[in-house]
Amino acid sequence: MKFSTVMSPHLQPVNSVDRVMLQVLLALIPGIAAMTWFFGIGVLINIALAVVVALLAEASILGLRGRPIGSTLKDLSAVVTAVLLSISLPVIAPWWITVVGSLFAIVIAKHLYGGLGYNPFNPAMAGYVLLLVSFPMQMTAWLAPIELGSVALSEIDLLKLIFLEQLPDNVNFDAVTMATPLDSVRTQLGLGRSVPEIKTDSVFGLLAGKGWEWVAGGYLLGGLWLMWRKIIGWQIPVGLLLGLGLFASICYAIDSNQFALPSFHLVAGATMLGAFFIATDPVTAATSVNGRIIYGLLIGSLVYIIRVWGGYPDAMAFAVLLGNLTAPAIDYFTRPRVFGQKA
Amino acid sequence: MLKTWRFHGGLHLPAHKHLSAHRPIVNAELPNQLVYPLQQRPGVQLNPTVATGESVLRGQIIADSDHFLATPIHAASSGTVKAIEDRIIPHPSGLSDQCIIIDTDGRDEALASEPIADYRLEPASSLRSKIRQAGIVGLGGAAFPTSIKLNPGPQRHIDTLILNGAECEPYITCDNVLMQAEPDAIVQGALILMHALQVGNGIIAVEDHMTEAFEALSVAIEQTRDLRLTAVKIPALYPTGGEKQLIRVVTGKETPSGGIPADVGVICQNVGTAAAVYNAICRGLPLTERVVTVTGQGVKQQQNMRARIGTPISNLINQCGGYQDSVERLIMGGPMMGFALPEDDIPIVKATNCILAAADSEVAGSKETRPCIRCGDCAKACPVDLLPQQLYWYSRAGNLEKCKEFSLFDCIECGCCEVVCPSQIPLVQYYRSAKSKTIAKAKEAEKAAIAKRRHDFLLERKAREQAERAERSRRKKEALAKLKAAETATEGAE
Repeated sequence: MKFSTVMSPHLQPVNSVDRVMLQVLLALIPGIAAMTWFFGIGVLINIALAVVVALLAEASILGLRGRPIGSTLKDLSAVVTAVLLSISLPVIAPWWITVVGSLFAIVIAKHLYGGLGYNPFNPAMAGYVLLLVSFPMQMTAWLAPIELGSVALSEIDLLKLIFLEQLPDNVNFDAVTMATPLDSVRTQLGLGRSVPEIKTDSVFGLLAGKGWEWVAGGYLLGGLWLMWRKIIGWQIPVGLLLGLGLFASICYAIDSNQFALPSFHLVAGATMLGAFFIATDPVTAATSVNGRIIYGLLIGSLVYIIRVWGGYPDAMAFAVLLGNLTAPAIDYFTRPRVFGQKA
Repeated sequence: MLKTWRFHGGLHLPAHKHLSAHRPIVNAELPNQLVYPLQQRPGVQLNPTVATGESVLRGQIIADSDHFLATPIHAASSGTVKAIEDRIIPHPSGLSDQCIIIDTDGRDEALASEPIADYRLEPASSLRSKIRQAGIVGLGGAAFPTSIKLNPGPQRHIDTLILNGAECEPYITCDNVLMQAEPDAIVQGALILMHALQVGNGIIAVEDHMTEAFEALSVAIEQTRDLRLTAVKIPALYPTGGEKQLIRVVTGKETPSGGIPADVGVICQNVGTAAAVYNAICRGLPLTERVVTVTGQGVKQQQNMRARIGTPISNLINQCGGYQDSVERLIMGGPMMGFALPEDDIPIVKATNCILAAADSEVAGSKETRPCIRCGDCAKACPVDLLPQQLYWYSRAGNLEKCKEFSLFDCIECGCCEVVCPSQIPLVQYYRSAKSKTIAKAKEAEKAAIAKRRHDFLLERKAREQAERAERSRRKKEALAKLKAAETATEGAE
């Protein structure tokens, strides 16, 4: 009897990229649900648009590069990038913002570097930063959460706003939008108010912005699930939250009028999304165990520094891209000691 | 309970041991033909000591060599040497090589055995030579000559003997059942090995799920009233049965990179080897049979068989009721480090601990390999604390220098990294290829160095010869000139 000869190990692999990506997508559901609840279906429209554009872009580039299209699209990495980018965008961003961002993420940030596994920068964050520096107006126009919005927009209104950039006749743009909590802390501090005063504004809930804190909670939940499923390690999220929290605690201890509570920073903006879903992108992160802790700490600290002293209210995207830059060096200096070798 | 240590990484693999773990050892039938490959290890080729047509007895040496890593092979039953010819050998290459083929006569007549009455009165060197003459090699799978391991040299002080009963690969249960069936042989074998090594500390390590084996060994140890020997349970974690991993777990010591266990004062032997040593010394029986696990969903009846070394695998499979229709792959050894055989008309050898007839549902099919996403799961699983993903990049790029820098040669090819890789990259294949390329390159460099030395020597000799010639002719000229001068002088004087 004849048998096939294959090299060992013969045991079936226990994991696959497709499965990893799928679980990341599933873990995003609670956060996206909360976002939809507080900010309307705009986020879902963004996601759908980004996913379609990303898949089309990936398919065309794969075609140009002469790579298998169907089996590669199945790895879901393009979908993950698209979703991560679209949930970072303002929910009423015009359609072309989403399209430009997705195209840039997939074509430039991912495939021009060689596609999945070869890109040095997180594609979703590269796309986000491109949009933020190119279209600051559109990128900072956030809808007020449902609890606060003076004007309720229907689904049709939202579609019109996103695709035609038209508002209903009787509504003006400023009435539906609102500064994000991070943004308002920054502006109000600039106006000479103290943090405790600002905290009494109606935008703020228990820990951070109304609505926002629930979205952060959703991402935290999904992130913890990913950790439990061993899709992500604890090192990067813990490092990031620790870095940010420590920095915030020190500054808060020095002057509680000028610096917001650490808990505010941990919940506000993209902290949770970044800690569990973006900084943990394995392709662009450090790989060694100790390296990942350092990488997380670095990004967390950068987030705080940029938020407080930088030019932008939130900083996750910049911090992650800067972290990406350092990953190879971190890996080089945190090589583990090989069994039986001297330190 | 002795304290145990842990090593980095490792995997909890589905054990599949229940298929064969609780079945008694079945004595395999004597096959009509026994086949003995003459290539014992890479680079160690034995010479036949019998000729075609010669009749042989069980226990008779049929091949041996002067090579220091060689051990003799014995006929496992009586019969006639039918041929010495090329057959497919159990080797990952699937190539053919010289084999001695014996037609058995069914009488199973054996040479008279020469047991040693009291091994404690024997010097270590005579025990070693007896063990070598009995053809004993490590039965855990590596088949390294036991007598060589027992001679670590005067510069190394050995304090501990570890018997490896960990059997960490999935499916394999031959050591487990042997420990249950013959604990006394193993314990006596351990005491002989300890005497040969002059060590005062012996540890038999079994995985924590082997309750019966542990009990049996404990009772056997108890009966010897020898306090130097203990049995210890260690956590089941692949590859804890790897020599260096086991030493770490049991003693906390790390065998240095590129070194051997004796460097940290430890000698490791498989439990089956210990039993073979006992049989050789106390019963005068050379190594002609061993316990083999025949298992997997691809065979009808999974069981442990005591089989004559040289028995064709097809013969064992037939005794297990034949294959299931679902059989896909035939593996010698375990599913992590064993190698796939092209067919079953191949004999079992001393190193064969398991024949795994795997159904298609049990083994990896054609994998859909994706690019590395740098997830680092491989590094987490690596028991040697390597960076498998860096090694993958470098071996793929053919950067052998970098491979070396990232300690490629510390890789034990256990397969953990590949099993956990979500991109399903055949990592171990890359490492094997990079290793053989490095070795080939080193050999080439060595050859080139020799050629250069030869060439330099040639040039030097030519130069020397030329110089000598020149010197000779100069002297000749001088002598001639002197002669002439003398002649002129005499002429002048006249």
